[in-house]
Amino acid sequence: MIPEPDVVSVRVTTEIDVAEARQEARKLALRHGFGTVRAHGLATAVSELAMNLVLHSARGGLIRLTVQDAPEAAVIELVSEDDGPGIPDLGLAMEDGYSTRGGLGCGLPGTRRLVDAFAITSCVGAGTRIVCLVRRP
Amino acid sequence: MRVPILRLGRVLLTSLPADLTDQQVMDLQIDALALIQSGKADGLVIDITAADVVDSYMARILSETAKMVKIMGGVAVLAGMQPAVALTLVEMGRDMIDMETAFDLEGGVAKVVRLVASRGGRHDEVPTT
Repeated sequence: MIPEPDVVSVRVTTEIDVAEARQEARKLALRHGFGTVRAHGLATAVSELAMNLVLHSARGGLIRLTVQDAPEAAVIELVSEDDGPGIPDLGLAMEDGYSTRGGLGCGLPGTRRLVDAFAITSCVGAGTRIVCLVRRP
Repeated sequence: MRVPILRLGRVLLTSLPADLTDQQVMDLQIDALALIQSGKADGLVIDITAADVVDSYMARILSETAKMVKIMGGVAVLAGMQPAVALTLVEMGRDMIDMETAFDLEGGVAKVVRLVASRGGRHDEVPTT
């Protein structure tokens, strides 16, 4: 029998939700045998994406973490979804040092470096969806 | 709730909570700068032992606060960084943290005192000959 995947969802509209999302992410990773550094990297990635939901999407968005766990390997899928304004130029948004809100401009490119796989789709006026994968070992 | 700032001699101490809000950041910056301006302190140690994650947003806040303190003529030192935080910050790339750092609160206080002394203290305390 295939075990049910472990899923955690956090609706993010305020900074308090950001803290909850990253704490849930860390707990989830540790629960599935990820190391503390790896768990911390995932929590940071969640924090970046969740903060983007607060800063850029009027109605916030959803952070969803799904774990597929087997004894020899596990993978956590992190999905961030919103129905915000969308990103007109994805290439630019993924560039180091580009920010529309006076930030460091390394949220998205930094997040990409923290995870094993990163995909982003965005539609102006419809929203943004980001999918990341973090693997164990 | 405002983030409390303690004063130890001429050094201000503050510890950031895990769930810091925009408003708390602004209040903290204003409070710290006011204390430095009033002449009661020369510098600020920001302890991040409680901060579970330092993302680019938090990194910006820290570096910005340090810059403000510096412009005022003071010194700001970051203390209590967890190893996992340091590893992650380097992995994310760029110079995320642009400020002085110390291992812990004690080291942070010592660093503020040393940096202020190396600059000859506050201008208004320089004896006139």
